Amino acid sequence: MRLLTHNMLSCNIKGVSNGFPLRLEAEKWVEKEVELNADFLRGIFPKIEWKALAGAARAIGYDQLPDEADASMLDSDDFLRRFHHALLELHVEEGALVCPETGRRFPINKGIPNMLLHEDEV
Amino acid sequence: MKLKQLEGLLGSLQQFSNPKVELEQYPTGPHIASRLLYMAENTFGGISGKVVADFGCGCGTLGIASALLGAEHVIGIDVDSQSLEIASKNAADLELDIDFIWCDIKNLGWRDQSVNTVVMNPPFGTRKKGSDMEFLSIALKVASGAVYSLHKTTTRDLRFDVPQLYKFHKKKEVDIAVDLWRFVP
Repeated sequence: MRLLTHNMLSCNIKGVSNGFPLRLEAEKWVEKEVELNADFLRGIFPKIEWKALAGAARAIGYDQLPDEADASMLDSDDFLRRFHHALLELHVEEGALVCPETGRRFPINKGIPNMLLHEDEV
Repeated sequence: MKLKQLEGLLGSLQQFSNPKVELEQYPTGPHIASRLLYMAENTFGGISGKVVADFGCGCGTLGIASALLGAEHVIGIDVDSQSLEIASKNAADLELDIDFIWCDIKNLGWRDQSVNTVVMNPPFGTRKKGSDMEFLSIALKVASGAVYSLHKTTTRDLRFDVPQLYKFHKKKEVDIAVDLWRFVP
C-alpha cells in the first residue's frame, strides 16, 4: 500500500465524525523505485492532505518531508524528489491503519488493508 | 501498447477458480476490458498519468489494464479476499504495482474526488437488487474525471461472454448484452 492510497482513506464506522487520517503503523515496508512524473506530482499536490502524508512517511521512518508545503515548492527538483519518494515509492506490506477516533485497527497484510466493517459498525 | 497486445496480456491473467454466485463473480473478458480501457485512454485521456480506481476489481482485469496503459497509480477494491489474492498475483506476474483494498464498497471511507477515473464491471444486480446503482453512486462521488462502467441492457454493440461458470446456465456460453457507460460527475 502506497502512501498515496493512505492519503485517500478514512474510517467509515457509524458515528465517527472525523476518521481521517488513519494512523499508520508500519511493521514491514519496501521501497520500489518508479519513474518520477513531475506533471503528475504538480497535478495531484492540491489534492494531498500534506500533514497526513508527512505523518505517514515519518511512521515509516522517512522524515525528509517538510511539515508544511505549498505549491511554490513544486518548482524545486529536490522537493519533487522527496514528494515522489514518499507518495509512490514506499509500500507498506505489514502493519495496520488505526482509526483516530475509535482506535479500531484495520490490519494490513501483504500490502492489502482489511477495511471490512463488522455488522455493528455500519 | 497496441490493442491486440493489451488484449493478449489480459487474456493470460488468472481468473476465479470458484466464482461466488452471491457476489455475481465472473471475469471481465480480455476483449471487452481492452476496448473499454483503450477507449477511456485514446478518446478521453483518462488513464495514462492518472489515478485510477477499479471498483469490484475481482481478479484485477480492469485495474491491470489501466496500469498497462500507463496509469500513474491504480487502486483495486473488492469484498472477496480470494479474488484479491488472485489479483495481487496477476499484478505481480506482470510486474505492476497496484494497491488493493479489501472492503465492501458501500462501507469504504474515501475522500471525495480523490481519484481521476473509476473503471468497473460491477455486479449487475441480478442477485442483490440495486448493486450496480450502489457502485455507480459511490463511483460518482469518488471520481473527479469520469466513471467507465458496464451495465446490463438490451442489445448493443459491445457483447459480453459469460461461459458456463454457474450451474444454472443451460447453454454452454451465454451472451449477455451490456452497455459501456461513461459518466461524468
